[in-house]
Amino acid sequence: MENRIEILLDKYSHSRRDSLIPILQDIQEEVGYLSEEAIILVGKHLEMPTSKIYGLATFYNQFRFEPKGTFHIQVCHGTACHMLGAVSIIDFIEKRLKIKAGQTSRNGKYSLEVVPCIGACSQSPVISINGEYHSKLTAERIKQILIDLIGE
Amino acid sequence: MHLLVCGGTGCRASASDSIIEKFKTEIAAKGLENDVQVILTGCFGFCEKGPIVKVLPDNTFYTQVKPEDVAEIVAEHVIKGRKVNRLLYIDPTNQEKISDAKHMGFYRKQIRIALRNCGVINPENVDEYIARDGYHAIGKVLKEYTPAQTIDIIKKSGLRGRGGGGFPTGLKWEIASKNAADQKYVVCNADEGDPGAFMDRSVLEGDPHSVLEAMAICGYCIGATQGVIYIRAEYPLAITRLKIAIKQAREYGLLGKDIMGSGFDFDITLRYGAGAFVCGEETSLIHSMEGLRGEPTNKPPFPAESGYLGKPTNVNNVETFASVPVIILKGADWFSSIGTEKSKGTKVFALAGKINNVGLIEVPMGTTLREVIFEIGGGIKNGKKFKAAQTGGPSGGCLTEKHLDTPIDFDNLIAAGSMMGSGGMIVMDEDDCMVSIAKFFLEFTVEESCGKCAPCRIGNKRLYEILERITNGEGTMEELERLRNLSLVIKDTSLCGLGQTSPNPVLSTMDNFYNEYLAHVNDKKCPAGQCKSLMKYVVEPEACVGCTACARNCPVNAISGERKKPHLIDTAICIKCGACIEKCKFNAISIK
Ligand SMILES: Cc1cc2nc3c(=O)[nH]c(=O)nc-3n(C[C@H](O)[C@H](O)[C@H](O)COP(=O)(O)O)c2cc1C
Ligand code: SF4
Ligand code: SF4
Repeated sequence: MENRIEILLDKYSHSRRDSLIPILQDIQEEVGYLSEEAIILVGKHLEMPTSKIYGLATFYNQFRFEPKGTFHIQVCHGTACHMLGAVSIIDFIEKRLKIKAGQTSRNGKYSLEVVPCIGACSQSPVISINGEYHSKLTAERIKQILIDLIGE
Repeated sequence: MHLLVCGGTGCRASASDSIIEKFKTEIAAKGLENDVQVILTGCFGFCEKGPIVKVLPDNTFYTQVKPEDVAEIVAEHVIKGRKVNRLLYIDPTNQEKISDAKHMGFYRKQIRIALRNCGVINPENVDEYIARDGYHAIGKVLKEYTPAQTIDIIKKSGLRGRGGGGFPTGLKWEIASKNAADQKYVVCNADEGDPGAFMDRSVLEGDPHSVLEAMAICGYCIGATQGVIYIRAEYPLAITRLKIAIKQAREYGLLGKDIMGSGFDFDITLRYGAGAFVCGEETSLIHSMEGLRGEPTNKPPFPAESGYLGKPTNVNNVETFASVPVIILKGADWFSSIGTEKSKGTKVFALAGKINNVGLIEVPMGTTLREVIFEIGGGIKNGKKFKAAQTGGPSGGCLTEKHLDTPIDFDNLIAAGSMMGSGGMIVMDEDDCMVSIAKFFLEFTVEESCGKCAPCRIGNKRLYEILERITNGEGTMEELERLRNLSLVIKDTSLCGLGQTSPNPVLSTMDNFYNEYLAHVNDKKCPAGQCKSLMKYVVEPEACVGCTACARNCPVNAISGERKKPHLIDTAICIKCGACIEKCKFNAISIK
């Protein structure tokens, strides 16, 4: 992984601080999350203290510090989805997969993220699994989707 | 013949990609590639009935098209010229089928300025934009007008910022133009953070070039050569389309050095927001672009004096920019003839929630809430009663029945205790609990407060906790009083717009629905039946025949019982999703 990050940093050879967020975004895109080594490497590259970079990264919702699961589930919690039952959906997935929002299951298979708004309000409530949308969910459909996913 | 297929996020969530694929193979199989063009467009706005397919030149408007319908559309409509009746829209008022969109209630009262090209052109092809007068405005400006004359047109048009604040755009440009500097910047704010709003996303997905063109015009006016679009990373489709548009514009010499041989240079780059609502606030957005935490700073200095990298910076919203080229071409008088005295032109709203026609609409300022909800929006879902419409998202408030005939514009909404915001409009019916809605927005604010100033960081958390106690049935009258007082303090003392407006949902629901607060506090009841702590699902043993339907459908297996014996719901496991109620044919389950 270190290697991939170094190659990526080479693209930003004359960069200043204003490239920090794009660099972190690129790393996350490439390896899926920001590991401790990654943050240290970026610090060396931009000659910035690691604590400052960590402070910045934790400010933004986009950055994650654990790898995603094989199946990354995003539940939309925008206003429209909220009114049409997003909370029950989150409850249900948490109970079924035994993980909390923001966590990855121990076997690395599932991760759950609650996002502010996917912007598909006409299809609410919506979730996306690895980028594929499942829309207008009902209790029954979400149950079926998880059964298909877990194979139970 | 052209087949336009909606490629907005909503429709793509319901299979428009495979519809396009199907059309292409079907048309190729019939050897019609040269006669029929399949085009992926931006959002038609009528998301409720998506995916939408529109056939040109006869303007037939098919709704809820499925991949399985494609073969029939090709065989019947394309080849034989016969419309596929079963896919036409049915007017809910008289059950008549409507084939041309302009006769639909949804479109009749709309005027499309910012959305003029959405659902009309292929956003991935600059030639189609040009064919609809695209890049004519920048050409005209560069050839005929000085920067000051151009700013004058925008000022005269009365255009006000669509990002929420409603600041006069021409004046903003003028200030930025007068601050001398070796470099200036034009920034487009596409960080659309209001949960439940998708106007800016739809403009960028459906008509990216109009924003690029307007940014170049702005650059010419204020003396900037560099533009930056700050867009949410969560909008992958809009990002892709912007990248394509920028590349095409550069190839045509519409961006880059010496645009149209005028000697004016202007180029645009993209920056991706990293998911912080507060970064929609302009000073915070600029800090984020500089690689800092997205924390706002006091104004003044305004970005127009000292913005990105300390240089004069003009920040405008996507929809504001999208309106500019038309104003240049059609003139300030034309634009200012639309709208109300102090709010000119049109406004795009994202209609969502309990409304029949969920979607994207653009109406003249001054349209009433009643027209928006009952004529364009087709009324409330399932024949329920209208209760409120929330505008302005987490910074706004709710409009109720008594506001139905108020003309919607910047000033009237503020007078009604809400605000225009960026254009999200969430409609609620009798089943929605207003206390719980206020709590939802506060939860959002607490999560999104940047933490820089104490009233917002700590105060909103306290507001949220009080609301939580109220919705759990633990609130007191004293706390209701504290809720209001604390709200006012937070509004007065917060540093940026986020904290200054975050208590609005609380204040406005308290003003309009105080009885609901009282019911939660005094009677420990949620009149709308939404607050889960205040309700319990129970099986009535007398009515239950023991069919097991509920137990088999409970997603968390909270229901137990033998066949033909009364069942029991374990309230500790039950997540109150309501699946059992739907399944019980004997009405044996009730909410207590
Ligand atoms: C908390 C907060 C969030 C904001 N979010 C947005 C946003 O998502 N999009 C936007 O264009 N403006 C947003 N604004 C308004 C901007 O600060 C700024 O006024 C606007 O981008 C200026 O453009 P306009 O004059 O064209 O409206 C927000 C303001 C605040 C205080
Ligand atoms: S009001 Fe809230 S978001 Fe704005 S600066 Fe203060 S803490 Fe940050
Ligand atoms: S579905 Fe109704 S009747 Fe059947 S077991 Fe459940 S409560 Fe009883």
